[in-house]
Formats: sequence, structure tokens, C-alpha cells
Amino acid sequence: MRTIGLVALHVFRDSVRDKVLYSIVAFAVVLMAVSYVIGQLTAGQDLKIIKDLGLAAMSLLGLFIAVFIGIGLIAREIDRRSIYAVLAKPVRRHELLLGKYLGLVGTLFVNLAVMALAYYAVLAYIGATLPETALQAAPAPATDPRLLLAVLMIGLELALVTAVALFWSTFSSSALLSAGLTFGLYIAGQFGADLKNFEQVVTSPAAGLVGRALYYLLPNFAAFDIKAEVVHGLPIQPGYLALTAAYACVYIALLLTASVMIFARRDFK
Amino acid sequence: MYAIRTEGLTKHYAVGFSRSRPYVALDDLTLEVASGEVFGFLGPNGAGKTTTLKLLMQLIFPSSGRAWILEQPAGGVDLRRRIGYLPENPTFYDNVSAEELLGYFAALFGYRGAERARRVAALLDEVGLGAERRMQLRKYSKGMIQRVGLAQALINDPEVVFLDEPMSGLDPIGRRHVRDIILRLRDRGATVFFSSHILGDAETLCSRVGIVAAGKLVASGSLAEMVPFRIRGWDLVLAGMSGDAAASLAARGAAATALGDGRYHVVLPSTASSEEAIALATSIGAELVSMNPVRDTLEDFFLAQVQQGPRRAFD
Repeated sequence: MRTIGLVALHVFRDSVRDKVLYSIVAFAVVLMAVSYVIGQLTAGQDLKIIKDLGLAAMSLLGLFIAVFIGIGLIAREIDRRSIYAVLAKPVRRHELLLGKYLGLVGTLFVNLAVMALAYYAVLAYIGATLPETALQAAPAPATDPRLLLAVLMIGLELALVTAVALFWSTFSSSALLSAGLTFGLYIAGQFGADLKNFEQVVTSPAAGLVGRALYYLLPNFAAFDIKAEVVHGLPIQPGYLALTAAYACVYIALLLTASVMIFARRDFK
Repeated sequence: MYAIRTEGLTKHYAVGFSRSRPYVALDDLTLEVASGEVFGFLGPNGAGKTTTLKLLMQLIFPSSGRAWILEQPAGGVDLRRRIGYLPENPTFYDNVSAEELLGYFAALFGYRGAERARRVAALLDEVGLGAERRMQLRKYSKGMIQRVGLAQALINDPEVVFLDEPMSGLDPIGRRHVRDIILRLRDRGATVFFSSHILGDAETLCSRVGIVAAGKLVASGSLAEMVPFRIRGWDLVLAGMSGDAAASLAARGAAATALGDGRYHVVLPSTASSEEAIALATSIGAELVSMNPVRDTLEDFFLAQVQQGPRRAFD
């Protein structure tokens, strides 16, 4: 456990200093500020638009961090051969892999926290400047604590994306290919509901079966999206969040197990 | 006790896409390195040196054969506590400093607190990076990274050190530095296994060498056994010599090549003694600038072995 912690700490230290990361977080903060301007253009809808845009920015930019730095964890390390020196130390391969995963998830959560702080600051400012009538007409308060649930779901989604990125990089020899595969799976995973109902829109039973199989096999990223419910003040079914969190944990555990098994026998040519 | 032992170590890779065939990167390597030796593992580029080191570090797995380090099967975590490894052309993490990198590696070996800080500082001083210890590695030159690589290989005070092309990317001062470190390791009883294609390094450092070509070990043994170091002739540089004198030298069996400004490079056969060589220079009225014996070198032996050696095999 100590070794995993040491690796995670090192990954955290290395990746929080990554210039790419700074630019992504800065971009997210700018985007949130810009959402304020956009909100001004749409009378009466400003708060909802700002909330929507802010969450979308966190989700999208978090995805970029998860993929690009996540791929860098293993694929780039193999590409650049920096993994050789580490694996010659008293570190088991699975300890390295799990440490790297935890380190990146830690980096992601810290970044999400920074973005969430900026987000709440923008919302608090708008809440203070909007007329009382507009605030009362809004479906939820400006600094609605339920927004944190949406942020938490984004965090879980990104933890799953990172596990996918790690999985591809354990056997792909190219960082670019791993990034492409992760993005591909992320996009496919957004169409979970469509895949589930695929058999109702196609005539071929085989195609329907393939659609259903893919629905169960691919990570269902759409399940983590509760932005609309939170922004519009709609109720979320009891137990939904816990079930989605459990789904993420099981899927991540399966991906990490598969990654560990592949990584354990990999030749670093 | 053997520090390193391999038995029929072989590594095949599949090459080609549609009709892949095995490429023999290392073929049946059986080798023994005694404890406390400095062993040079020599061969041209692509001969299988790095493959051997990666197999010993278990970065790749053998197709067949076995390897032991300090009498334990290669690759175990406990064994790795006792060995050090410098990969070929190492790279590390861009955003950390040398001090942080070595601190991280030292922590992986279980060093903590003040002992860890002391060890890191001492090693960075030893490789000449004391002043740059807090600089991020992205700003380091290739030679500085090589020094960091050497420091990280020694962080645990290893009993056996594996160095893959340790002189690569270093300037003459850096090379001297590495040579001194290897000699210090030898003096404190560590075993050093280093790969190189630079034979001068091996000649000055090694007690024994192995020569590998096209994936096969073509020779191994002590330098004295391999290379008799007998004198094959004399290399003279003479100054103030006339063209007639040069012609008279040729008549006496010595080959003279003009270097300009009345200086000549003269090669005498081994039949001449050193006294005769000096007398020859005096007899033609030339000034003797330098005189060196021409000996058998490891390079001659190496070239002969590699040229006679096997071609790369495809099964």
C-alpha cells in the first residue's frame, strides 16, 4: 500500500505541474466567466444558462485532462522509456499501475474542486446582482448545493474515463492511439440509451442483439449526466446516485483488474 | 558466488504484420559474472546488449532460458532492492527536479526523512549536479539527464549495478566522471555489468568482457586472455625531415607519410627495437616528436569477432 501511495503522490506532483493542465483549468474558468456574458444576452434565462455552461465546461475540460494526462501516465511513459527505471525499483507492476491511477484521479478531483470554486464564485456574484424577481422565478437558487451532486457525478465519470484510458495504454504502443480509443469509447458510451433500444428500430434481430450486447459491454457515460435535473430543479430518483456510483466503482474495478493482468506480462520493447 | 548467471537466455520477437515471423533478438546466452567484477558487455548496435539487460531487469520476458542475479531468479521485488539499473538514453519526468526524482526513488527503497535527504544530496554531488538539484528535469541537457540516470541507479547502494551505455551523451569530463564512479563501485566490492560499443571504456575498466554479435555471444573472457597486447610495430612522428630522408626510410622498410611542415608519420615493423627506432631518427637527422608502440587492441579483436560472427537468424 505504501508503494502505491508513493507512486500516486509522485504522479500528483508531476501532473499538477503540467502546463497543459494549467491551460485547461484557466480555460474552464474563462469559459465560466464568459457564460456570465452570454447569460446577459438571454433575458430571464441567465442563471440556468450559466449553470448549464459551467457544468458542461467542467465536464468537457475534465475529459481532456483525464484523456491527455491519463494516456501520458502509461502510454507516454512507455513511449519515452521512463518506465524502465521505475520498474527496476522494488515496485510490482500492479502497484505502479494502481498508484498511477489514484494519482491521476487525485489530480482530477483537485482540478474539479478548483473549477467548482470558480463556478460557485460566478454564481454567487450573479445571485447578488440579479433582481429579486428573477431569482424567485428561477427553478433553483443561484448557489444551489445540488450542483455539487452534478460535479460529483462528473468526477465519477472522469474516474471511469481515466480507467478506460489506462486500460488502452496497457497494451497499445502509441499514446495517440490510446487517446483516440478512449475518446471513441467515451462518445460511444454517450449513446447508452440508444443502444438499449436499438432492437426496436432495426429489423434484423442479430443487429438488435449486437446493440444490446454493446449496451451492456460499453461504459454508460450518459448515466452520469444529471446536469439538466439539477439546473432545472427537477427531482432525482432516490437511490439513483448511489446506484450510478456503484456502477462506476464496479466498472472501474473490472477495467483496473484487466489492466493489471495485461500489464503484468507486457514486454517493454 | 556468481553475481549474474544466465542459462540459454533467448528472446524472439514477432516481426511483420500479416505473416509474422520470429526475430531472434538474443540467442541462447549463457554467461557468468563473478561477484566484484567489472564486466563489459560489448557489441555493435543492435547486437542484443539492451535486450539482455532488459531480460535481466524483467522489463521483457525470455522466450526460453533463465537468469539469476545474486543467486536469485531475475525479476523478484526483493532482489531489486539489491541492484541498480541505468537504462540506455534514460528519460524521466519533465515536471520534477532531480532532487524530487531521487527522493521518490529513494522512498521506493524505503529510505525516509533525513536519511533520504542525505542520500539524495550525496549522490547528486557525486554525479556533479549539486547546484542544479532543484531545477525541473525539462531544463536539463542530455548529459545532465544521463548523470541523473546514473545517480538513480546508485540510490540504494546496490550490490550489482547494470549500466546500459553509461557513457552515451557525455562530454569528456562526464565520461571521466562515470569511469571514476565505476572504479569506486568496484573498489567497494560491487559488481558492475555495463554494455557499451565504445571499446576504450571497456579496456580501461573491465576485468572481463563478453562480445555479442547478431544476438549471439561470440566471445567472453578476461581481457588478457582475449588480447595478447603484443607489440606489432612502432608509430613515430618525426620533424625537420627532408624528402630524401623519407625516401631512404622507405628503402629500409619503414612507411613514411608526410604530415606537412617537414613532419612525417613513420611506421616501423615490430622487428625493430625501441633503441633501433630512436637510432633511426637520429641517423637521418630528424627530431623525434613522439614514439608509441602499436599493440593488439580490444578493437582489433572485437572487429575480428564481429566480422567472423553470426548473421542475424530468422527461424
